[in-house]
Formats: sequence, structure tokens, C-alpha cells
Amino acid sequence: MVTLIETRPPAEQTSPAPRQPRPAHKRGAVRWVVLGIAILTGVVMASPFLVLVLTAFRTQSDYAANGPFSVPDQLTLSAFGRYLRDVDFPLALWNSVAISLLVAVIGVLISLLASYAIGVGKIRGATLVTGVLLFATMLPQEAIIYPLFHGAQALGLRDSIWSVVIIFAVLQAAFGTYLLGSVFGTFPPSLLEAARLDGANRWQVLWQVVFPVMRPTLSVLLIFFFIWTWNEFYIPVVMLTDPANQTVPIALSTLRGQLSTDITELNAGSLLSLLPTLLFFLFFQRTLTRGITAGAVK
Amino acid sequence: MTSDTSLRSRGSASRAAADRVTPTRGRPFRGVSYWWYLTPIIVGFTAVVLVPFAVNVYTSFFQWKGGLAPMSWYGLGNYTDLLHDDLFWESFRNTAFMIVAIVVVPTVIGLVLAAVLFDYLGRTFGPRAASVLRATYYLPQIVPIAVAGVVWSWILNTQGGAINSILGAVGIENGPDWLGDPKLALFSIMLMLVWGQIGYPVIIFMSALQRVDPELHEAAEMDGANWWHRFRAISIPQIRPEVFIVVLTATVGALKVFAPVLILTNGGPESSTYVPSYYSYLNFFQLSRVGYGSALSTVLTVIIFIIAAVLLWWQRRSVRNLED
Repeated sequence: MVTLIETRPPAEQTSPAPRQPRPAHKRGAVRWVVLGIAILTGVVMASPFLVLVLTAFRTQSDYAANGPFSVPDQLTLSAFGRYLRDVDFPLALWNSVAISLLVAVIGVLISLLASYAIGVGKIRGATLVTGVLLFATMLPQEAIIYPLFHGAQALGLRDSIWSVVIIFAVLQAAFGTYLLGSVFGTFPPSLLEAARLDGANRWQVLWQVVFPVMRPTLSVLLIFFFIWTWNEFYIPVVMLTDPANQTVPIALSTLRGQLSTDITELNAGSLLSLLPTLLFFLFFQRTLTRGITAGAVK
Repeated sequence: MTSDTSLRSRGSASRAAADRVTPTRGRPFRGVSYWWYLTPIIVGFTAVVLVPFAVNVYTSFFQWKGGLAPMSWYGLGNYTDLLHDDLFWESFRNTAFMIVAIVVVPTVIGLVLAAVLFDYLGRTFGPRAASVLRATYYLPQIVPIAVAGVVWSWILNTQGGAINSILGAVGIENGPDWLGDPKLALFSIMLMLVWGQIGYPVIIFMSALQRVDPELHEAAEMDGANWWHRFRAISIPQIRPEVFIVVLTATVGALKVFAPVLILTNGGPESSTYVPSYYSYLNFFQLSRVGYGSALSTVLTVIIFIIAAVLLWWQRRSVRNLED
């Protein structure tokens, strides 16, 4: 897990190097104690993952005899084999990827259009719209779940990934519009002015001026929508009951009850299920950590 | 609903930039009205949020088993029933514990960890050590809650679970029944929530600390202020907006806790881990008391909105007080 994140923008690198010699109290043993506590905290935080990995590669009998902490007798993939036999993991993976990708793309598109109207178009009532959207992001899902469930059933969309795609595309777009609306409000006016002088219409301005400038922000939003949707639990668990439609996390949690006797398989399944997000995180960590902070405050 | 900018803590510079755009209004671009660009969100929002929420409020006035069963008018009956329902009160009492586990503990620990990493370990052992530690703290945040729940249900398992295995190794046989003891189960859930949540404040506060002018710290150091003094007098006041964001989002999150309860305990044992979301889910999908569940989720929504509005109002007021 080394160098997962390294996001400090170069401009803000407050390098300690050119400072005067450190004050005496910083040279003592205290700093090692503090470092020790910080590392210990890290070990505690990471320990569930470590035990998970250890157990996933054990044999069942080894686990039964020696518990989760001993050095494994031998490393085996058999637990993974059993999980893949019990759960159609490739199908769940496909469902998760399809749902998350569709939601991310549609959600960003809706957010882009709406926040263009709010931030650049400065429509009347923009404050009201963003205010409503802000509160919508706080709405508990159980306050809409039953009508959604019922409605999806009436439309024949229940137990279809499309119900989940539509719901999350809108919910994510509500947050995205709220967030982007204010970012668009600070769009460089000179660029808009230049586009106007060129006689561009609103649609052209959006795609030829605003979109290229906003692309980095939009890609952060896209990645976040993808991960959030991937990790969603409540609505997918209610909507998608057929194993053929289940996402990676839901497939794991519905199988849990049957797996309580085979801990190694449970751990192998958990490891497989968090691998995609982990890889995604490693791949996009720079963008992500930048995005978390941008999303939170700006 | 004027709160949209306060959350953002926009600087006056960017606001001035925004104002400069206003002349656009006089000579608009050619093209269809901007309202057309809002059509997708308006249609989607109406279909997915507004109408379902209105229907939810509407059904809360009925007794209804759900599906095709007949609905019978019950007026405010569901709401008065809620007031006399011990489980309702218990679920909100448990929410207070969720707030401790998601807001109070992680924010306090997160503040200390972020400050220690950023201006102590980062300076003493280099920024690289700080980033590695920060990544470790953040790791639980990216794990799907369903997966985290499954992992923790095993960690907390009485027989052969990770924690009781450790206890067994140090000689404590028959460790506690973490998820099966009504007195303990809620705290076991809190343990997982704290673990999952800490990374969020750490990462936000660390980036906030980068905003703080290092000269403030240097000046204070020359005046003989120790680390703790500087932490309290400089770091915390400077990153106040981020602390507010974390408290607001985490509080809303704590009021909505659902998946950890469903996965770890199913509300049990003896309803000791009921939370409002879980209780309404139970009413909707297991007890066939849809009207009652609707009333409960409506109450929860109103409470969340009130708490969020109070927090936002309080933040605006304190910002104004600081500026005066």
C-alpha cells in the first residue's frame, strides 16, 4: 500500500527544507513516539484487509485448526474457486460495470446541461433550483424507495438494471448540478465574451467553449459517480433480487448467509468484491483525492 | 433555500469574477432558452424524487399493506402511533449513538490525525511518510459498505471471529458475543462505523491545512507556542469551513445509517440496534405496514432537513460574526 496518494499540488508544497535548524524539542524521542502511534493507527485501520487476505488464501482445514492469524500452512486459490462456483462473479461484475458506467455518463451529462443553465445562463430562480437540489442530496432513500419500488413494478422495470440506472443517474445529477452550478458561476467571462463576438449560439458555447475548459472537473465527477454507484447498497438490494441482475457488493451480501460455515470462501468473495474498487482507486488516486477535497469545499 | 453558496465558502475574489459575467444578461447568446438545458434534471428529478416523495407523504395517511391491497384512510393515525411506539423512540436513540460514531469521534480523531500528519510528521519525516499514512487511513472509505459489512460480521463473530481469536490468544477464552449481546451490538456497529469514517475527515482536513499560511505557525513558534497551542489557536480556526462541511455531511449520513445495521445485526438482538432507516425498511418490505413505514420515513426526512437547516444557519451566523 505504499504511495497510494500523492496529491499535494506542486504550488502548495510547503517544503520544510529551507527552514532553519529544527527546535530542540523536535529532535528528541517524542517524534518517534508520535510516529509509532500514527503507524499503529494505520496498522489497526489496515488490519481487516490484512486478515482478509491471509484467510482468503488458506485452506478450510487450516482455518478451522489455526484461526485467522497464524502463518498459513499453504497458499491456495481453492476458496476463490468455490466462490466463483457459487456466485456468477463475471456476471455481477458486468452488471456493476454497466450500471456504474451508464450512471456516471448520463449523470455527468445531465449535470453539465443543468449547471450550464444555472452557472453560465444565470437563469432566474437559480438559487431556488440549487437549494432544492442541495436538500435533495440529503433526502433519505427510504423516503422515496417504496413509491419507486412500486412504480418500477408497474412499469415492468423492477429487477431490471435500468431502474437502478435511471434512479442513480438522477440522484447523482442532483448533486452534480448543485456542485457544478457554482463552479460554472466562476467561468472566465473573457472566454464567453470572445465566443459571443464570434457569433456562437448557446449550444456551441457549451460544447466548444465551456466543455473543453471544464473537462478536468467533469472527469473527477465522472469517477466519483462511478464509485458511488458501484458502492450503493439500499436501492440495488431492494430493486435487484434476481441473481442475474445483482451487482458485485449485493451478490456478496446475499450469499453471506449461506457462507457462514465456509469462512475462507467468504473472505475470498470479499476480497474479489473489493478488488475492483481498490484497483480503481489505485488507478485514479490522484484525481480522486483532488476531487474529494474540491467536492467538499469549493 | 438561500444556502447554496454558504456551503462552498466561496472567496470574495471568485464572487467578484462571477459578478463580472452579469453583462452577459443584457445581450444573451442566441439559442433556445436556458430552461431547455434544465429539462433533463427537472423531468428526472420530478419522476425520481419529487413525485415518489409526495406519494410517500400521501401513503403515510393510510393504512396499507402495500401492493394491490386496499388503502384505508387513517389520517394522522400513523404519526400518533409512532409517538406511542417504543421502537420508534429506540431507533432515534440509537441514531444518537450513530452520530457519536460517525460525527463526533471521527471528526475529533480526524482533526488530531490530520494535524499530526500534516504539520508534525510531515515536517519531521517528510511528506511521503504522511501521504502513506493518510492513504492507509483512507482505505476503508473506498470499500463498498456491503463488503465492509460482510468482513466485519466475520471479524466480530463470536466463534472464530478475528477479535475473539486475538482475545483467545492472550488467554481470554469465550470472548464477548459482539453482535449477539443486546448491550454490545450497538457498540460493535459503532466500531465498524468509526473505522470506516475516519479517513474522510483526515483527507479533507489535511488538504484544508495546506491553505493555512505557514508564516502563522512560524510566528507563533517564535513566540514560544508549542504544538498543541498552535493546533488550537491557528489550525482549528483556520480550517473551520472544512470542519463544518464534515460535520454537516457526516450528521446527515449518521441519520441515514442503514446498510451496516442490515448486514451486521438485522436490527437485533431484541431490536437493540434499530435505526429509523432500518425500521422503515422493515415496515415496507417485511411487516407489510407501508403506511406506517411512510410516516416514519417522512418524519426522518423532516428531522434531517431541520438539522441540516439549523447547521447551515448556525454556520452562516458564525461566519458573519467572524467578519464583524
